[in-house]
Parts: sequence; structure tokens; C-alpha cells
Amino acid sequence: MANSLKKQWDSLKGSQFYAHYRRSPVALLSSALLLIILFLAVFGPLFTPQNPFDLSSLDLSNAYLPPYPREGSDPAFFMGTDQQGRDIFSAIVYGSRTSLYIGVVGVLLCSALGIFLGVLAGYYGGWLDSLIMRLADIQLSFPSILIAMFLMSALGRGVGNVLIALMLVGWVKFARTVRGETLSVRKMEYVDAARVIGLPSHRIILRYILPNVMTSIIVLATMQVGTFILIEATLSFLGLGVPVTEPSLGMLCSDGFKVMFGGLWWVSVFPGLYIVVIVFAINLLGDFLRDELNPKLK
Amino acid sequence: MFKTIVQRFFQMVAVMIIVTMLVFAMTYFISNPVYLLLPQTATEAQIAQAEAELGLDKPLFVQYGIFLKNALRGDFGNSYFYNRSALSVILEKMPATLELVLVTMILTVLIGIPLGVFAGARPNKLSSKLTMAGSIFGVSLPSFWVGMIMIYVFSLMLGWTPVSGRGELGSILGIRTSLATADGWRHLILPAITLALSNVASIIRLTRAGTQEQMRQDYIKFARSKGVGTRQVLFGHALKNTLIPVVTILGLQLGDLIAFTTITETIFAWPGMGKMALDAISSNDRPIISAYLLMVSAMFIFINFVVDVLYTLIDPRVSLGGE
Amino acid sequence: MSKILEVENLATYFHTFKGVVKSVDRISFSMEEGEVLGVVGESGGGKSVTGFSIIRLIDPPGEITADYVLFDGENLMEKSEKEMNQIRGDKITMIFQDPMTSLNPVYTIERQIAEVLKLHQPGITKAQCRARGIELLKEVGIPNAEERIKCYPHQFSGGMRQRVVIAIALAGSPKLIIADEPTTALDVTIQAQVLQLMKRLVSEKGCALMLITHDLAVVSEITDRVNVMYCGHIVESAPTRELIEKPLHPYTRGLLASIPGSGAVREDERLEVIPGMVPNMFDLPKGCKFAPRCAACMEVCREREPETITVSPGRQVACHLCGKGEEDA
Repeated sequence: MANSLKKQWDSLKGSQFYAHYRRSPVALLSSALLLIILFLAVFGPLFTPQNPFDLSSLDLSNAYLPPYPREGSDPAFFMGTDQQGRDIFSAIVYGSRTSLYIGVVGVLLCSALGIFLGVLAGYYGGWLDSLIMRLADIQLSFPSILIAMFLMSALGRGVGNVLIALMLVGWVKFARTVRGETLSVRKMEYVDAARVIGLPSHRIILRYILPNVMTSIIVLATMQVGTFILIEATLSFLGLGVPVTEPSLGMLCSDGFKVMFGGLWWVSVFPGLYIVVIVFAINLLGDFLRDELNPKLK
Repeated sequence: MFKTIVQRFFQMVAVMIIVTMLVFAMTYFISNPVYLLLPQTATEAQIAQAEAELGLDKPLFVQYGIFLKNALRGDFGNSYFYNRSALSVILEKMPATLELVLVTMILTVLIGIPLGVFAGARPNKLSSKLTMAGSIFGVSLPSFWVGMIMIYVFSLMLGWTPVSGRGELGSILGIRTSLATADGWRHLILPAITLALSNVASIIRLTRAGTQEQMRQDYIKFARSKGVGTRQVLFGHALKNTLIPVVTILGLQLGDLIAFTTITETIFAWPGMGKMALDAISSNDRPIISAYLLMVSAMFIFINFVVDVLYTLIDPRVSLGGE
Repeated sequence: MSKILEVENLATYFHTFKGVVKSVDRISFSMEEGEVLGVVGESGGGKSVTGFSIIRLIDPPGEITADYVLFDGENLMEKSEKEMNQIRGDKITMIFQDPMTSLNPVYTIERQIAEVLKLHQPGITKAQCRARGIELLKEVGIPNAEERIKCYPHQFSGGMRQRVVIAIALAGSPKLIIADEPTTALDVTIQAQVLQLMKRLVSEKGCALMLITHDLAVVSEITDRVNVMYCGHIVESAPTRELIEKPLHPYTRGLLASIPGSGAVREDERLEVIPGMVPNMFDLPKGCKFAPRCAACMEVCREREPETITVSPGRQVACHLCGKGEEDA
């Protein structure tokens, strides 16, 4: 097992993909950024001065502190604090955990659903195919943010509900791509041969079809994580996302928006900036992956 | 060609019927409006009576039938919040949203297409690469945040533009619009830019991809072998081929824009139907929600239909090929 | 007869980040006025790049160098891009491989013919353009030209489209037409018609034709002389008849032997193939490029590149075998 992993690693290291990756400053920079973001999300609570969502750790005497180099600031709260004395940096770190969790788990769920329906449609064809694809067409004619908003208003706030909404919004892209590639792989002679020797369908799908669609899935999934983080932030900003008891970057922005007119710009600017950094890094990496792995994907 | 249009038309109707079912199901499951209308102390009997009055005790498909019949007549019930017909509320709010979308669309076309053509024609230039990085950045921006930053910088810090609202209205060809007054424009410009940003970014990417693909085609090389200059090859030959798919995407983006007005209008307190929809969601104003959803769906589906027809008109291969 | 084209040490290198690809490596040749020259070889041999290099349509990372490319007495290498554009489409024109893709799908035929007329005959009126366009279409044998000129490319069949392309190539006053695999994408039956058409028009107009093809059968039908290219080099150049009857270079022999029904293959013989594949252009052999596939390869072939020698007037070959073997050939 370890041996075969090492072999795979060696073949990856020898590949053109790896060579391009090593040479691309954009790819290296965005992966480094993502690693830092991930590190902060996992271990960040060890460094933050407070748990911003534990009300007992907040101190009102720390309220309205500006970011560090400015007058009256406290270096311990270098991004400043809000009206409740909540440290913005701590809030961002906790909020990014929610963002990343929802982005990654959301994509895992919706790609699973999309791959399942896509293979079903592409491999078996017939009425199943037309049913799934008509459904996809209808859904595609509606902007995903709108569908997500109204789903959330029907389901009510909650992390689980956000995941359900994202899954229902995002499966179409995966299903369409997987279906298309399944159709073209199915026509290959080696798949015919496998069917002739009587290999059961699920083995053909696992052995021949899925490996072939994997690169497209990886590219799509990467881009989709960024989209989902944006959608989650937007929903939470509008009060339709995670509940108030959960940390969320979008909600921080909406809290900050209320006090922004009083001059407290940092409460909303920093959380929003952090969303931009996360999504930008993911999209840069996704763009690189697409150029390398599957330039045909839009 | 006529046949395809008719075919598309019936598809459009079919999709619209499915959408009415979905909207009905969604508003039905959101919550029971009876609890909103009655005091919390209401008895079981009072609730049952109110449900009977609203027809909520009838079987689902009957309720759907009533819903559909009323919807076809433009009757979605009275808004709980405005206390008048939901449709009239929407129609009153619609012009504000449409003028915002119109300006945004113009910005998108004027900025996105030239930048995309340029980046696609000279992909190796530094400025093209910067344009591309910029467009990735553009799609990474949460639009609510951009709107906030805009307000902070241009309204609060610099004081160039008003913070929110729609401003003075004037009249163009009998239509009341803020496009007719300078004050209206000052109110409009920030929301329009906010709304345009991610749209411009994606149009740049599409136009660039299209231009690059066209420039690799044989007919470009053949044109150059005829002695056609570089500029003319790009604008005279590649552009029209590039624009055919871009036009259809622009049409589809119109739908996205209308969806995103909910966010932009909320931030800028723009009195359009996007803000109205969000307010309706938070106050659970069921007639407004279902009227908005159906209205917007009808718009999207109609735009899709128009785009399809347009496609057959501008691409000679489609319009004449079927004969 | 005087020379219409003289190429000396033409080299086109593509500088990719994997290394330099020498698609055309210091070749020299010339064409007489009105001559039909075939350029043959396997794909990747540098035939098409030669054609595009003469008309200077090579994009970066490609780079063209040459001592000179004299066309009608003028050195094309010294022309500015603007001057080249006046020559392209007028004095030198091209015909491409795939007629399905070489016409712009969104413009009518009339517009695409008019474009080239307007470029090279400033002041021509719209009516004149149309009249000339119809005349050209008739010349290339398109029936009902008055109506067909208003059509879009997709309304023509492949063979008809290639006729339109030929009409556009004839629209100026060409002295040289470079045809890059003009019949490869066509049905076999159409191929012969298009070839005959080209041959007739070229001789009527008195312009020279460079016919780039991998198909020796095409070459034997209409060319006067043939350059055989392999890995960016001209390995053999001879009058068509001589080349087919008595090929000198082993590569030429290999090509001939792989055509069914040609003189080189007798009825009872099996078709031969050239063993091996075209080498990797990033990593060419040191000596003769054909050495690894050559049945008659010698020690010297692997070490040193053969020089081009003139065997008889109008007949050159680049092979170590021929240098010493002239007497026993």
C-alpha cells in the first residue's frame, strides 16, 4: 500500500503537471495562501485572544477599539474590536472555519449527487437521462443565488440547511459534465469490451468511467468551493444563512455594516477582505488546474 | 426556423407550468399564513375557520388549481405588509430595478467585451495577463461587501455620491426614471458599478476564451494570407464569430443581474423589487414572495426564449442550415 | 524562363520552453515562372511551415531567418508587414487544406471575395466587385454563380467550397500560389476534379504553383518538379518523372514503395512501409535525420549530416550513399 502510494507520488513528480505547477508563481502563491488559511482555521483558536462567540469572554471596556497602528488601539486586538468588545481577528478566524467547512462539505455533497445523477443519465440514457437533463436545464435558467435564497427562506436558518441548499443549487454543473464525459467514454471500445466479457455495470462505472471524469470533477470542485463560500457569506449577510449563534464572515460584515456609518469601517472591511482572499486564492488555483487539466471546461 | 421558434415557445410554456408548481410548493411549505394573521391566543376552532376562509383545508391539487387560476389573472392576493395587491406593488417597484439593470448591462458590454477581445488577441502581453488576473479577482468579490466599500469610500469618505436611495426622478418619453436627472445618476452609479463588477469579470473571461479560439481557426490564417491586416483580422473576422456566443451569454446574465439586485438594492436602499423581495422574505409576506418568484421566473424564461431566437437570427449557420 | 522564387538558407525555428524545434532547417530551392512544384513528405516534415514561411505567416514563438527569399526579384525578408500585406492575396496567394474551415462562416461568399478585391484594387466599386466575383466563381466551375455568390459557406459542399477558396486565391494577380494539402480533406472523386481545375487555371494564368502534399500520387499527376522533405530538410529535389522512375534517396524510395499501383511496386509485391516513426523534433539525430529508419544506413550517416549535392542538372540529393555511389547508381 505504502509502496503503491510512493509509486503514484513518483509518477506525479515526474509529470508535466508537476513541472508546470513548480514553475507557476500563481499556483504556488495561491496554494501557499490556502495552506495558511487552512492552518489558521484549524489551529487559529490557539492564538486568538478570545473566543468571540463566548459572550463571557467579551469585555465591553474593549469595545470600539480601532485597528493597531491607529491612536487608542490595543496591539492584542490588531484588527480592532466591535461594539461588543469582540476582537475582529478572532471573529474572522472562527468565521473562516464555518466558511471553509460549508464550502468543502457542500462541494463534497453536491459533487456526490451530481456525479451520481450524471453517471445515471449518461450510462443508462433513455427517459432517465431526459428527465434528469430537463430538470438540469430548468434549474440552470435560474440564478443559483436566487434559488439558494428562497430555499433558505423555506428551510430556515442553519448550517445543515445551508448545505442542503448548496447541494440542490450546485449538482447541475457536476451532473452535466459527468454525463457528457460518461457518454463519450461509453463509446470507447474498451468499455464495449468490458461489457462483452460481462463485467457488471457498477464495476464498469467504477473502473472505467469515474477515473476518466475525475480531472474535470477536480477542476469543477475547486472552483465550486469558492462559489459556495461566496453564497454562504451572502446568505448569512442577508440573515438567511447560518444562525446568529454560529460564527460567519458574512454575518460579521452585516453587523459591521450597521456601525460603518458611525466610522467603524474595520468591523466589516476585514471580514469581507478575508472572504476575498480565500475565494481569490481558490479561484486562482482552480484557474490553473483548469488550464492544466481540462481547458475545455468553462 | 419558424418551426424551432414554435417548438421553443411550447417548451417555454411547459417550463413555466413546472415553475408555478415549484413556487406553489415552496410558498406552501414556508409557513402557514394563518399564524401570521391570527393572534397567538387563537383557539383551534378559530384557526380551522381561518384556514377554511383561505381555502387551506382543501386538497393540495385543488389549492394549486386556485393558485394557478388566480396567478393567470395576476391575482396573488394582497400583500400583508403593504395591504394591497401584490402585483401592483411589484409593478410599482419594477422600473427602479430595470433602470439599474439596464445601466449595469451597458457598463458590462462597454467594458467587458473590449477588454476580453484585447486579452484574447494578445494573450502573452503583460496587460492581458493582468486583465485576466483582475477578472478572477472580480469574480471572487462578494457583491454585498463591494457595495459597502463603495459607500464607505465614495459616500462617507469622499462625499461624492449620496449614501442611498433613488434620488430625483425625471421623465424620458413619458417614463419616470432617475436616468433623466443628474441627481438620479449620482444615486444610480454606485449600485450599478457594484452590480456590474462580477458581470464584467465573467464577460471578459468568455470573450477572451472566444477570441483566442477564433484566432486559432483556419479562416483567420486564410484571411491573413489574403493580405488582411492584423487589426482587420481581429475586428472584421474574429469578432463577429466571437460575439455570437457572447450575446447569448449576455442574455443569460441578465437573469443573474436581476437576482443580484436583491443584494445590491438592499445595501444601497434602492427602492426596487429586489429589496422588496428580501423584505418580503424576512416578513414572510407570502403573496409578494410568490408573485415575485413567478414574475422573475417568467422574465428568465422569456429571456432564455429570446436568446434562443436571437441566436438563430445572428448565426447564419443556424438560421439557414435547417432548410 | 526566369526564376519567380529563389530561397536561400531559409530556416524557421520555434522557440518553445521545452527547446527549439527546427521545423525548417536552412533549405534552399527555387521555382521557375509557371512551374508546378510539389513538396512532399510525411507530416511534421516541415512542408507546410515552408509555405507559411515564404508568405511570412509564422506566429511567435516561431522565427524565420533566411539569406534571402527572392520573389519576382524582391527580397521578401526585407519587407515590412504592411508591404507583405500588399503582396499576400495579390501576388502570392494560398489555398488551405480544409475548405470547411478556411472560409469565415458568418460572411457571404461575395463579401469574402470582395474583401480581397478591395484590398488590392483600391477604388473598386461594389458593382465591379460583384461582377468580378461572379466571373471568378464561373471560372472555377461553380454553377449558377450569380445566385451562389450570395450564399454562406455552410451552404456549399466541400468540393464547391474548395473551388471558392481557389477563386479567392485567383482574385488578385497571383504569380505564385501556395497550396497546402488542397485536396486532402476532399472525397477521392472530387480530389481529381479539383486538381485538374488547379492545373488548368495555373497554366492559363501562367502562375507558379507550390503544391504541398503528403500524397505522391497527387504529385505525379500534376507537378513538374518535386522537393522531398524530411525533418526540416530537403532530402531530394528532382523533375517529377525522374524522381518517380529513379529515386535516389532511401526516403524517397520508401515513400514511393508505399503507394499501391505505382511503378515502384509490382503487382505481386507486398506494399512496403518505412520502418519506425518520424523522430521527436526536440531530439533529432546528430547525423542524417533519416539514419535511424534507413535500411542502407552507414557509419558516416550517424556521425555527419550529408551535404546536398547536384547529381545532374536540376537534380539534387542529400545522402551519403549518393556522394560516392554516383558511378554505380
